[in-house]
Amino acid sequence: MSEFVYLYRSGPRPTRSPEQAQQELQRWMTWLKELTEKGHVKDPGHPLERSGKLVTGKARTVTDGPFAEAKDLVGGYTLVQATDLGQATALAAGCPIFDIADGTVEVRPVMRVS
Amino acid sequence: MELGDHLFRRESGRMVAALTRIFGIHNLQLAEDVVQDAFCRAMEVWPFRGIPDNPSAWLMAAAKHRAIDVLRRERTARTFAPEVGRLLESEWTLVPMVDECLTASTIKDDLLRLMFSCCHPRLREDAQVALVLHILCGFGSDEIAAAFLTTEAATHKRISRAKKVLAGSRHLFDLTDTDCEARLSAVQRALYLLFNEGYHGASAESAVQAELCREAIRLAMLLIDHPRIGTPASHALAALMHLHAARLPGRLDAAGNLSSLFDQDRSRWDSRLVEDGLRLLKQSASGPEISEYHVEAAIAAVHAKASRAEDTPWREIVGLYDMLMTIRPSPVVALNRAIAIAQSEGAERGLEEIRGIAGAECMADYPFYYAALGELEHRCSRQALARGHFQAALARARNPMEQRFLQQRLDSCA
Repeated sequence: MSEFVYLYRSGPRPTRSPEQAQQELQRWMTWLKELTEKGHVKDPGHPLERSGKLVTGKARTVTDGPFAEAKDLVGGYTLVQATDLGQATALAAGCPIFDIADGTVEVRPVMRVS
Repeated sequence: MELGDHLFRRESGRMVAALTRIFGIHNLQLAEDVVQDAFCRAMEVWPFRGIPDNPSAWLMAAAKHRAIDVLRRERTARTFAPEVGRLLESEWTLVPMVDECLTASTIKDDLLRLMFSCCHPRLREDAQVALVLHILCGFGSDEIAAAFLTTEAATHKRISRAKKVLAGSRHLFDLTDTDCEARLSAVQRALYLLFNEGYHGASAESAVQAELCREAIRLAMLLIDHPRIGTPASHALAALMHLHAARLPGRLDAAGNLSSLFDQDRSRWDSRLVEDGLRLLKQSASGPEISEYHVEAAIAAVHAKASRAEDTPWREIVGLYDMLMTIRPSPVVALNRAIAIAQSEGAERGLEEIRGIAGAECMADYPFYYAALGELEHRCSRQALARGHFQAALARARNPMEQRFLQQRLDSCA
């Protein structure tokens, strides 16, 4: 088994009715529950706020990130385990993030350092 | 863990109502934004951290934090509700005030005040119903459009316009106002129409219909618990809804086809709803007032008590329809009265009554007007006439379920 990190990226969530919001939430819960039951979830991870600071350059310039409206903001991560990158990628395909525009899952192998 | 059905929708109305009391009705949009935000928060957090033990309280707390942020940030730029305005000026009073407004004990009153506000006399009845569905029941405009068989764009426009009127009213309706009684009858009417949309509505989906009926009942029950507006008519309205809703499970037969009141399997009627309805009807008889809801509930009660269609005391029903015609005459009431007369005095008499209905032309698009004519001609063995009427009914069917039902009736006139 190897470890992978899923980085969930998307733009701002579109406005929708409470019922649609609940259905989307339910799809997330179902997907993560399935992954967990199959033993793929090492750590469900955390959501990240759509705000923060950006520190750049030698001068350590601190700016407010243009986060809120960004189309490819990391909104959270999950640590999963899978036999290989192929399986990890296939599992990610079921993520409900693809129901919203600009939704992506970045699948990154955790580097093994021995 | 599964979320309760329609949890978000239910909570939406409660949160908007509570927030509107703090922000003021003119900031309705702001209240809706805060609620939307609380849902977004839940969608971000719950998948990772699991569903909280008390999801409603979690959502309310999320809305509270957001509301406090908004109040702090915008207290100089905006005016909020006049009743709480001064409490917002100090940090000492701001948080406790928001806390208090978002506790469960006051939310019922907030819902009522918002419901009364939605039934603004400047709004048409259909706009009032759409607004109640949107704001208090948390339906999106596409969901309302689906239930009413209109386009989303049209519904969206209607709701936006209605919201502007509502926001322009400056104050939430106060239940101690002198015009409370007048507004109450508008509210009762709106809830009645909401229920009817579910019960007789055009939407083909029985799930949608049942949901509208359930929402109407939920809101009507808020009325009857209140000392000032829990009037006999409010009780009668709630009774009528329960007694009709009890029949919903019987309206579709095993094959999923519409089944008429005469053919329904009455053992499938919901006996608990019947019981509740009869109890409410009894409670509604506490004053001299007899409203249209009293009479309609009485009619529904007579049907509910007949365990077989042939046991129905049709004379009694005709008498009740006579009474309804004096309180609130309409061609549809007259049509139902004529059908009851046909049951007790024969099809020819029923046809005579239908032909005598004043203003029948407003039923020109109503499929069941033609279906009633077809049914009675069929009983008089005039099959060619019956077929013509059923064809007219079929041409006006509003969904596949009605189409199948009317096609069956047409086929039986061979």
